[in-house]
Amino acid sequence: MIDFDLTQNDRKILDTVRREALVARTYARHYDEHEHEFPPDTLPEAKDFPDTWSLFAGRTDQDTSMGVISLLMLMGQTWGDYSVRMRRNKGGLGNAALRAAGTPEQQVKWGDLTLAMAITEPGCGSDSAGVQCTAVLDGDEWVINGEKIFVTTGCRADGVVVWATLDKSAGRAGIKSFLIEKGAPGFVVAHKEKKLGIRADDTAAYVFQNCRIPRGNLLGGDESIPREGSGGFRGVMKTFNMTRPGVAAIGLGMAEAALDFTREELEKAGVEIQYGPGIHGQSAVAQKLLRLEAQFEAAKLTTLHAAWLGDQRKPNNDEASICKAKAGAAVREITQGCIELLGPMGISRDHLLEKWFRDVRITDIYEGTGQIQRLILARSILGYSSKDLK
Amino acid sequence: MISFGPTEEQELVRETLRDFAQKEIRPLARECDETAQVPDAVLDAAWSLGLTATQIPETYGGAGEARSPVTNVLALEELAWGDAALALAILSPSSFALPILDMGTEEQKKTYLPLFTGERFHAASLALCEPSPTFDALDLRTTAEPKGDRFLLSGRKCFVVLGDRASHFLVVARASGREGFAGMDAFIVPRDAKGLEIGGTEKNLGLRGLPTSSLVLDRVEVPAASRLGGDAGIDARRLVASSRVGLAAAMLGLSRAVLEYAIPYAKDRIAFGEAIARRQTVAFWLADMRIEIDGIRWLAWQAASVLERGADATREAHLARGYAAEASMKVADDGLQVLGGHGFIREHPVELWYRAARSLGILEGTVAI
Repeated sequence: MIDFDLTQNDRKILDTVRREALVARTYARHYDEHEHEFPPDTLPEAKDFPDTWSLFAGRTDQDTSMGVISLLMLMGQTWGDYSVRMRRNKGGLGNAALRAAGTPEQQVKWGDLTLAMAITEPGCGSDSAGVQCTAVLDGDEWVINGEKIFVTTGCRADGVVVWATLDKSAGRAGIKSFLIEKGAPGFVVAHKEKKLGIRADDTAAYVFQNCRIPRGNLLGGDESIPREGSGGFRGVMKTFNMTRPGVAAIGLGMAEAALDFTREELEKAGVEIQYGPGIHGQSAVAQKLLRLEAQFEAAKLTTLHAAWLGDQRKPNNDEASICKAKAGAAVREITQGCIELLGPMGISRDHLLEKWFRDVRITDIYEGTGQIQRLILARSILGYSSKDLK
Repeated sequence: MISFGPTEEQELVRETLRDFAQKEIRPLARECDETAQVPDAVLDAAWSLGLTATQIPETYGGAGEARSPVTNVLALEELAWGDAALALAILSPSSFALPILDMGTEEQKKTYLPLFTGERFHAASLALCEPSPTFDALDLRTTAEPKGDRFLLSGRKCFVVLGDRASHFLVVARASGREGFAGMDAFIVPRDAKGLEIGGTEKNLGLRGLPTSSLVLDRVEVPAASRLGGDAGIDARRLVASSRVGLAAAMLGLSRAVLEYAIPYAKDRIAFGEAIARRQTVAFWLADMRIEIDGIRWLAWQAASVLERGADATREAHLARGYAAEASMKVADDGLQVLGGHGFIREHPVELWYRAARSLGILEGTVAI
């Protein structure tokens, strides 16, 4: 049945997330201003809280499905702060790729490590098929050469999933993913980026210079090579259907924080905000806030819908792009609009609104820009290939 | 539990109405718009689907199926995909009957609900909108003044659906001295009430296929028993929310119609040697239309589900209606642009949808779910 109400079990989990988020928020400014300091794996206050995952015991199929509740949790966490979490989640984007495409042996060997994902290069971003980083098989080892940039949590990670090409002339078909551990010979973390926002999450640049890794580190195993068009590229694109709603949720948690803060401050200042009246019944300021709230709600629901489809084991390629594109645009509009509504207070670093404005901006860029999402979606609804619509 | 899955029964309703909209509604849309008339045949054909009657309990002669605002939203999307004007005409009896079902006294239910359980379409409408540039549902100018065991209704109403043939009107008026939702009351007024003047069919920008009338109420005297809900009055929040969600659902159906028309057009239309859909500018408009349509749908579903569980849906309905008004206008606007000059020509339905989108976005109280 169609329902949007949370169950008691759902609420119990989200209430706990909210309590933690309120603590995380007290650290938000510090790690924003100390970009190169890592927040601890566990904040001191965390030991007083129950582990959120322990609350999953006793859930039934009458409760909200796993993918959906996980996104609501993620939103709840980033409502506190993007990257200060009470307990750092094990696993980065590379772990999602490992789960999607790794062999059983690889899952065992690499599953407990935090794995970053290195796709982008100085010369290729959205056009990820244009990878220049190479992999050459030499006896029982792969030799990796090339540069990677914008590697999220690349400094903290224990290892990384790297995209490299076996044959540049083969385009996408030539691209494979490789598991590389920190400390591998010829693997250098070149530097850490200084960013507009999400500063507590490190972003690294890598250099691979004749970096030799065992043959078994090819993600998906040797079998992924002969099968044309399978494995590597498609395997990783599949990952995005799971991570795009997650990225949308991360941005939306911060946008919700901005909306909540703005509403509270406006109400303190005597602005009345009601849902009943039409445009003649309340101020332009109140109407603007409600408009932004509607944008938030629409983006949130498209995001939950994409996750819900995943939970039902239904295809969600279109919906993953829809929510990412919608949220990417909505969080920008919301945070920009909130600053407009609060004026000088909105840009003061005494408050977090200006930080949320900076933090959310990446939402429409990483994991595929809004334009890439529209391209994917447009091809799908038009029945076009990537050749038909470039 | 958060779930986006319609029940099997609801899927069946969607399929049936999608089929009905395609075969019975869409082919009539242009002619109805040009002639500003709705044929009785289509109203009767839709009536046989039981859209209003199935929700009326057996005690009052109905089929006694679940009263489901969510199902009504699903139905409205499909009907409005066919044509929004005809969809609102087809569902106008619900705008009168459902508030009585939800909030009426036993006496009122017994008297009026059986009107809607017969074989043929029975017209009756909610009268909420008023002809004022500063119209606001929460600040009505139509007043209800108590006079002994009667009420005197005075004011003006507009955009009353099928006012030319409605047997009764549910006139929403403000009780003196009370503001906002608390001040809103609804009165059952028969068409022949003394002091009620029903104007001719209004001439509107859009939804021309939907005959609407204005009402002038000059100290119309009605018995206290015609006050909806009796002494308890009504849950005005529910009444207003129900109409707003319904309008959002109509705008949803309309938006989907635009996109589904623009896609094949953009693939067929050749310019500079290739289909215009192969240009990112056009392709991205279509993608954006698809994104916004999902946004409208989930907001409408969410608001309907709040109504369905009997909670206050004022917030969700406001967000759904506001979002739908803006997004559907944008969808119709971009859809027209995809067709270029052809979008401006009445040979194509897009200009009709463009006018309808502008009209739906400003309405209030023309439908109930």
